[in-house]
Amino acid sequence: MAKSNNASKKRSAGKLPGRLSEDEIKENFTDMHPPLSASQAYIEACRCYFCFDAPCTTACPTDIDIPEFIKRIQCGNVKGSARKILEQNIMGAMCARVCPTEELCEEACVRNTNENKPVAIGLLQRYATDDVIEKKVPFFERKPSTGKTIAVIGAGPAGLSCAHRLASFGHSVTVFDKNEKAGGLNEYGIAAYKALDDIAQKEIAYILAIGGIEMKSNVQLGGDVTLDQLRDEFDAVFIGVGLAGINPFEIPGEAVNGVIEAVSFIYDLRQTERKSELVVGDKVVVIGGGMTAIDVAVQSKKLGASEVTIAYRRDRTNMKASEYEQHFAQINDVKLRYCASPKRILSKDGQVTGVEFDMTEIDADGKPLKTGKTFQLEADMVFKAIGQTFLAEQLDDSDGGLSIEMGRIVVDDERKTSLDNVWAGGDCVGGGEDLTVCAVQDGKLAARSIHDYLQSA
Amino acid sequence: MANLETNFIGVTSPNPFWIASGPPSDKDYNVNRAFEAGWGGVVWKTLGEDPHIVNVNGPRYAVLHGNDRQVIGFNNIELITDRPLQTNLKEMTQIKRDWPERPLVASVMLPMNEASWAKYVPMIEDTGADAFELNFGCPHGMSERGMGAAVGQVPEYVQMAAEWCKKHASIPVIVKLTPNITDILHPAKAAKAGGADAVSLINTINSIMHVDYDSLTMYPTTDGMGTHGGYCGEAVKPIALNMVAEIARTPDTHDIPISGIGGVTNWRDAVDFIALGATTVQVCTAAMVYGFKVVEGLIDGLNNFLDEKGMASVHDLVGKAVPSVTDWKYLNLNYIEKAYIDQDLCIKCGKCHIACEDTSHQAITHTVDGERKFVVKDEECVGCNLCVGVCPIENCITMKPLTEDVDPRTGQEVNLEHADWRTHPNNPLKEQE
Repeated sequence: MAKSNNASKKRSAGKLPGRLSEDEIKENFTDMHPPLSASQAYIEACRCYFCFDAPCTTACPTDIDIPEFIKRIQCGNVKGSARKILEQNIMGAMCARVCPTEELCEEACVRNTNENKPVAIGLLQRYATDDVIEKKVPFFERKPSTGKTIAVIGAGPAGLSCAHRLASFGHSVTVFDKNEKAGGLNEYGIAAYKALDDIAQKEIAYILAIGGIEMKSNVQLGGDVTLDQLRDEFDAVFIGVGLAGINPFEIPGEAVNGVIEAVSFIYDLRQTERKSELVVGDKVVVIGGGMTAIDVAVQSKKLGASEVTIAYRRDRTNMKASEYEQHFAQINDVKLRYCASPKRILSKDGQVTGVEFDMTEIDADGKPLKTGKTFQLEADMVFKAIGQTFLAEQLDDSDGGLSIEMGRIVVDDERKTSLDNVWAGGDCVGGGEDLTVCAVQDGKLAARSIHDYLQSA
Repeated sequence: MANLETNFIGVTSPNPFWIASGPPSDKDYNVNRAFEAGWGGVVWKTLGEDPHIVNVNGPRYAVLHGNDRQVIGFNNIELITDRPLQTNLKEMTQIKRDWPERPLVASVMLPMNEASWAKYVPMIEDTGADAFELNFGCPHGMSERGMGAAVGQVPEYVQMAAEWCKKHASIPVIVKLTPNITDILHPAKAAKAGGADAVSLINTINSIMHVDYDSLTMYPTTDGMGTHGGYCGEAVKPIALNMVAEIARTPDTHDIPISGIGGVTNWRDAVDFIALGATTVQVCTAAMVYGFKVVEGLIDGLNNFLDEKGMASVHDLVGKAVPSVTDWKYLNLNYIEKAYIDQDLCIKCGKCHIACEDTSHQAITHTVDGERKFVVKDEECVGCNLCVGVCPIENCITMKPLTEDVDPRTGQEVNLEHADWRTHPNNPLKEQE
């Protein structure tokens, strides 16, 4: 019974849960890149040349000594390998999964020159760190308490990285987060097939095991606490609130059933126990060109949508999602339409039925110009994935001393803001690349700077 | 195609590749398979007196792994044949009947009394074997009983045993030399003095493979105790080549035919041995690691090589490189080479830089005009060849002779005249003109 019911749902138009069975979905949401076995890791590690001043390390935002950690895998010292990684990047396990390695370490690998096949650094990093995180092998010891206190706002990669390092120096850290669980985008924003087996929470447990970090969840900044308050109460403050806002881009006619913000859909998807209970369309259109667009499109497909199209207003080369990610979407049977700018949402009886697009041409500056031609795509579900913004107002900075430019917090090289005891990092600061690994580095640098500040104070 | 037929001390084989005495030549089943695969000859697993010896009933072998678990070194504590002599002789007789065109060499190890040799040598020769090979090499087990390397390490015994064997045999006698000595020339000369028709070398080298990292015992063990084994495989080739070349270039021994042994794995290894003076090469480890099929690549590779060199026969290659081997004191100290890095091939790994910077002469840049770039500084380069060796890309770094102008390192004019240590001003014992 269930099977035939299920089969009929597969073909049905409209937004429905259970297009696929829970088992089918589980199968679809297995690892994006399966982990390496011990022998695969060994063979791959043998490929590393142990370069001088290694280009991969230079390309790593957290400066992981990649040849050294790979060498340690190769000679059977996996624990030492993990230590080498986590010393530089406490979220090495998540970064191994979500880093765009093809644009960072693996792009820099000298093996590309002759073979066009870099050492699989990301997978090796995962191999080295997974066991250590799982077994909570303690590498880091907290120094005796200094009595200094720091408030960290946001329990995402930047905040947790900062908190961990500060705790290791002996400071006492309180981390505030608006969500129930810590992790930020690692927990709520990353595609499910990149963070299986609750790895985000396991990594956080590993981080918190150092001691000296108190987690305060469900605390809304601007509501429950304010920046002013925290600055008074604590010796220093680190802001790692990410991008809580949604780009205010309204498509004419969007106020109908079935037009959804991609980030909230992913949030639900990550938190749901049974993905088969999630509602997904049969024909899905995703508007946007970044990682969120790719993630929501691929996951819709994996949930059982029969046709998924990403529509992006500019061309392939301007897309924020890399060539590799675009390719990943395509091999998951997602269609990519470039030079398609949403003109209006089509609907019937308050339910979305499609999207009309202006076809564009890209001028010399990369700006899309309307050609006058249009086309329509049928859709029973439309995702908006056109970027997030930093919500400055939530900080409730009363004297306005926090310098903000281009919608992001201004920080110096040490990630210090214009306020004397406030640092910031992650997606909410300017000049970054909005990557998990960059957020981790921001937190790390800020912790060092905060430590210096507290010592001199 | 070149002619691979080889005549070694009057024994002809279709190619110079023989299976060395060892586990692969232990019995008729293996030897048949070796001949079917195309091996030119086989040296049967070493025969001894009756009653036959026994082996341990646990690990006999251990390996040294390179990258990707490639076997680059190998050792064993297996002794000579552990089967009755008559069984071996019967099988050898049959093999010789079935494969009359393939040399079958009888390896023997006997105690140091003539009576043993008088008793066993004719009996073994009756199998139809084409030659004897005297195993004076095995460094483990048998040497404790006064045989194998225990004989090979005493030139007088080598000579004595060679004489006994020659006296009681009508077929040629090859003496297999142990490398576990200081100077290979002593046993080689003794073999010659004893009337041996040829030498074969090297046998295996005393070795312990490694420690067991859990039990902190040596590895492998037999019930918790281990003993040193004979080391062989690719990693021993350079040691073997030097010993072969020493015999081939020394006036007293240069005329004794050589069967080269030690790490031959591919055709290039065979070329090494043959060019340095061997006429045939013997292979054991490569067969044990890859199976008898490896002979196909050996035959084809050597064939192509000889064709490319315009050589009609293996014999044209024998000893070709020997004249290039000399003593250090004859090396031309006026000759200068500098490393050169081909920027088109360079993958910018920087291995050459760090090797030179940390351990050699600080002669390779890492940055040029703000860019990652590895260029040899001629004013620092001593031409040591380290960078060539560590570069992962073949032919990316090459050594180029400096034939004119001034050496930027020394500021001295390049001198094309030969001048060596014998006449060097710093040599306190320099030869007077």
